[in-house]
Amino acid sequence: MTDKTKAIAGLAVFVILVTYPFWSVLGSATAASAPELELPEGEDNCVEETQFMTANHMDLLNQWRNAVVRDGEREYISASGERHVMSLTGTCMGCHSNRDAFCTRCHDYSNVSPACWDCHVEPEGN
Amino acid sequence: MGVGCGLPLLGTACSAVSQEPHGAESSARQWAMVVDVEKCRSEEVRRVCTEACHVAHNVPAIPDPAEEIKWIWVEQYENVFPDQVHNKTAAFIRQTPVLVLCNHCDNPPCVRVCPTQATWKRDSDGIVMMDMHRCIGCRYCMAACPYGSRSFNWGDPREYIPTDENGRFPTDYPTRSKGVVEKCNFCAERLREGLQPACVEAVNQIPGGEGALTFGDLSDPESEVSRMLNETNTISRRVNLGTGPNVYYKV
Repeated sequence: MTDKTKAIAGLAVFVILVTYPFWSVLGSATAASAPELELPEGEDNCVEETQFMTANHMDLLNQWRNAVVRDGEREYISASGERHVMSLTGTCMGCHSNRDAFCTRCHDYSNVSPACWDCHVEPEGN
Repeated sequence: MGVGCGLPLLGTACSAVSQEPHGAESSARQWAMVVDVEKCRSEEVRRVCTEACHVAHNVPAIPDPAEEIKWIWVEQYENVFPDQVHNKTAAFIRQTPVLVLCNHCDNPPCVRVCPTQATWKRDSDGIVMMDMHRCIGCRYCMAACPYGSRSFNWGDPREYIPTDENGRFPTDYPTRSKGVVEKCNFCAERLREGLQPACVEAVNQIPGGEGALTFGDLSDPESEVSRMLNETNTISRRVNLGTGPNVYYKV
């Protein structure tokens, strides 16, 4: 075998090995199902629109945290003019009382672990 | 100073944080407390105060004194007021048990040294607050505090919080996590509902405990604390340090 042949052969083996994760699962993978959230009964709308909350609930909670802890403010006026008390345990979890049926579903799907519940006590179960 | 529409990411839902005044007047307050040292001699008084606070705030009960966490506790007179005892002070004075807590100083050394401003003195009511989200656990505040008011969470405190038969914590007050410093917060969460601090409310309900702790607004000349400070002899801890404590002791 010439050097050129050996080099090409080696390169081919390398490429096959490196791309193993991609070709080994062809045909067997199924699309991950979207997370199913259990919504609280009896409540029609959240503090803000669903689309907004999905995209921005983290920023909203940060805003609430700063307002309550650092500025001593308590009341939030939503885009629709409704007033809410800014509280994770009181307001958010007052409706979404079961963390496993709601919050954890999306967090598991997107592999995020927010540290909220290291400290914040849930209204039902700890 | 509202947060309002300051966050650019929030886009269309530009909602406002309400600037409702707290209580009847929105002028700046300075909350203060007067402790009656004579009434602290009663063990029941001391026990009721410390228990009420620690239950209301899910404070863990850690047996190792090197790692204990306390928001309000008892020290002997000679350690509380070292500048008030001399070589002839009688033992029964030296050993008088006195309730001590964070003094929410006018000039708090802990606030000056905090590198993240996780602790600060609130303009609205003078409470020296803790923001657990921002605390990095450097314990510089603990070194700065001359009164030993602050405790560090060396481990996960939830293991040491007494739970009821359903495994629930005593209250919904957020527990703290490993690695943050905590201390008395003058029951800020109760004050905003118009309630008295847990220790004050609890001790005023037991016989012999009424008036052991008095809480009120120093900036209000008609308040009970202002009246007591004007009419009785009070001292505070380590005045020569210039911290300006807002907890006074009626002696």
